[in-house]
Amino acid sequence: MDLALIWGFVIAIAVFVYVALDGFDLGVGILFPLLRDEAERDTAIGAIAPVWDGNETWLILGGGGLFAVFPLAYAVIFPALYVPLIVMLLALVFRGVAFEFRVHSGGHKWFWEHAFFGGSLVAAFAQGIALGAWLQGIDVEGRAYAGGWWDWLSPFSVTTGLALVFGYAMLGAGWINLKTEGALNERAQSFIIPLAAATVAFIVVVSLWTPLLNERYWVRWFTFPTMIYAIPVPVLVALTVFALWQALKQGWALRAFLATEILFLLCYIGLGISVWPDIVPTAITLQEAAAPDKSLGFLLVGAVVLVPLILVYTAAAYWIFRGKVRHGGYHH
Amino acid sequence: MLESMDPVLLARIQFAFTVSFHIIFPATSIGLASFLAFVQWRWLRTREEVYLSLFDYWIKPFAVVFGMGVVSGLMMSYEFGTNWSVFSDKTGPVLGPLIGYEVMTAFFIEAGFLGVMLFGRDKVGPRLHFMATFLVAAGTLMSAFWILSVNSWMQTPAGYSMNEAGQFVPENWLKVIFNPSFPYRFVHMAFAAYLTTALVVGATGAYHLLRDRQNQTARTMFSMAMWFVAILAPLQILAGDQHGLNTYEHQPAKIAALEGHFDSQAAAPFYVVGWPDVEAGKMEYAIAIPYLGSWILTHEFTAEITGLDAFPREDWPNVHIVFWSFRIMVGLGLLFLGLGVWSLVQRYRGRLYDSPWLARFALLLGPTGYVAVLSGWVTTEVGRQPYTVYGLLRTAESASPVATPAVATSLAAIVVIYLFIFGLGTYYTVRLLAKVPPDSPEPQTRGLLDQGGARAVRILRLLIPGRGA
Repeated sequence: MDLALIWGFVIAIAVFVYVALDGFDLGVGILFPLLRDEAERDTAIGAIAPVWDGNETWLILGGGGLFAVFPLAYAVIFPALYVPLIVMLLALVFRGVAFEFRVHSGGHKWFWEHAFFGGSLVAAFAQGIALGAWLQGIDVEGRAYAGGWWDWLSPFSVTTGLALVFGYAMLGAGWINLKTEGALNERAQSFIIPLAAATVAFIVVVSLWTPLLNERYWVRWFTFPTMIYAIPVPVLVALTVFALWQALKQGWALRAFLATEILFLLCYIGLGISVWPDIVPTAITLQEAAAPDKSLGFLLVGAVVLVPLILVYTAAAYWIFRGKVRHGGYHH
Repeated sequence: MLESMDPVLLARIQFAFTVSFHIIFPATSIGLASFLAFVQWRWLRTREEVYLSLFDYWIKPFAVVFGMGVVSGLMMSYEFGTNWSVFSDKTGPVLGPLIGYEVMTAFFIEAGFLGVMLFGRDKVGPRLHFMATFLVAAGTLMSAFWILSVNSWMQTPAGYSMNEAGQFVPENWLKVIFNPSFPYRFVHMAFAAYLTTALVVGATGAYHLLRDRQNQTARTMFSMAMWFVAILAPLQILAGDQHGLNTYEHQPAKIAALEGHFDSQAAAPFYVVGWPDVEAGKMEYAIAIPYLGSWILTHEFTAEITGLDAFPREDWPNVHIVFWSFRIMVGLGLLFLGLGVWSLVQRYRGRLYDSPWLARFALLLGPTGYVAVLSGWVTTEVGRQPYTVYGLLRTAESASPVATPAVATSLAAIVVIYLFIFGLGTYYTVRLLAKVPPDSPEPQTRGLLDQGGARAVRILRLLIPGRGA
């Protein structure tokens, strides 16, 4: 196996870890208007305040990693997704500063709570749009993006945008359910089933729509032999939904949360099956976009040592803040 | 109207704006993280309450500033791709892995332990909590290490070759990372971060001393900050001098522009002020000190100095900007040195806390560290134009093929949102610093620097006749 493929997997894993982790803390922000009072919002923020920064760092690893190992893809995809990416970044600025600003802003607290909600919502929507715009294909000429600055906007990309908003909200509800007690916990629990239903509906729509986008996806999903890889994915989605429902019925908060994450993982694997082996779908393969082996090898040596270490101390940070958040969240 | 604007110029303005805002926050969080680790270490060693008060006081502004640094930095890591895609494609194989290492060795450490540092004291106990603070501080310095290596490679590229796709590809990683200007730039910036933070901490202490000179937390804060300024200001001038010599060797056009030397000449003067007339190619209204220009750049009075006339006109950076930004930086550096010396004099006289004019001066200089940092960066970044990779890749050939309205709209949005958010953030931070720190009992064991300092003062008193201790 060569270095470009190894790095393809590493970047894919980094992006998935980002989605799985920042997904739930963006989701908590999306659910903010549904929380009853300031104390509930304090508790909900307390459930993510010690970990959100680490979660978002995976987004930098995804972006920085792309620059390092697939510079051509970075140089083509980012101009193509110019508008959704800039909007996402500005939204993340709003919600990122809101964590501390809402504590120290005195009379402005209401504003920063709205900013936290709005930033989370817009960031999730923009990420979903970027995903859809990438999946539907990007115009490439030579080594550069050749499309216009509105190409990203389509019914398909808006649909994937909405899908991610509901999906993240589902993760957020699962996380609040896991980390809190009392009335907040009960309400978060009651959100999970409707949000999961909406998410699954979007999964069905996007899954049926994707093969229609271009012939390659169609061939991969509906013709033999590649169908063999594709068929188990919808089956596993159905099983996961059943497991989620069981977990909620039994009151197993951790299992319910993990089931929502597995739903994301399955969609992600489905996405991988669609686009493999391209990094810019139907235009540039992983091999074509890869930096020289000397770059890939140099960074891989570090990644082999450092990424496991990062996972260990990230797990340790989650372990330190394990259990239920006390009412009102954390203070320093 | 929008169509007629140059998208490269807009992209440059956008990058300059976002990176200028960004650097303010890391400059503070590098310094404050180390300061917090230092006071926490003193607290563990001495159990003096004052150190704990200092920690609790400074952790709040640190958290606000750190958050702003994270989100404004995230923007930077994507901006290379959105606005400078040709640059990214060409330099990615060399610079990308360095940024990859920055993420893996710095950002994750900072982010992973920040939660424990801010919220975990009750959960992990004082020693592990100190470990978390220490690792966050180490992470901020690691981050500076890698990103300054990246910037320095763009200024003084080394250890690379070109491939058939027109990309820079690495040949020798040690030469890439430790490229010729990197050690100087790294030291200069690390000192700048510490000095800037010391000025902010000192100004905060001074502000509270001017209201209540008995407040022990304010006294300790002020005393520690003045030690840092007194030590760092002269060291920074030395580091800047060495950095300048290095720049003269590798980027002589930048030096010629910032010195306002249009003509190559022996025994060149130093222009204290003046107005560079770029069309006529000479310095107007100059106050010049003979020979000093040659001495600064070569440490010899009569050496021949390369002027702008040695370079084609299209390779000149903007002379006005770098001439003035350099003078602002150096002038402020001299004021910092003055503050350091004055504080030493007052400390020696035993009047460090009872000198309202010293406190006012420290208060006045509080925010100027940022001005010095920004004007220093303007000098080096405008000075290396018209290139993104010095001598090899022109800025005009680095930008993305993005439509002008897209760049213009995003620039407008970024300016409005940044001014709003970071304006308010600065306001909240200043309001936190205006809160009176809790008074604490006078420390029984003296601070580390004060122990060393007291020894120095005793030696000085022995040396100076008539003031024997």
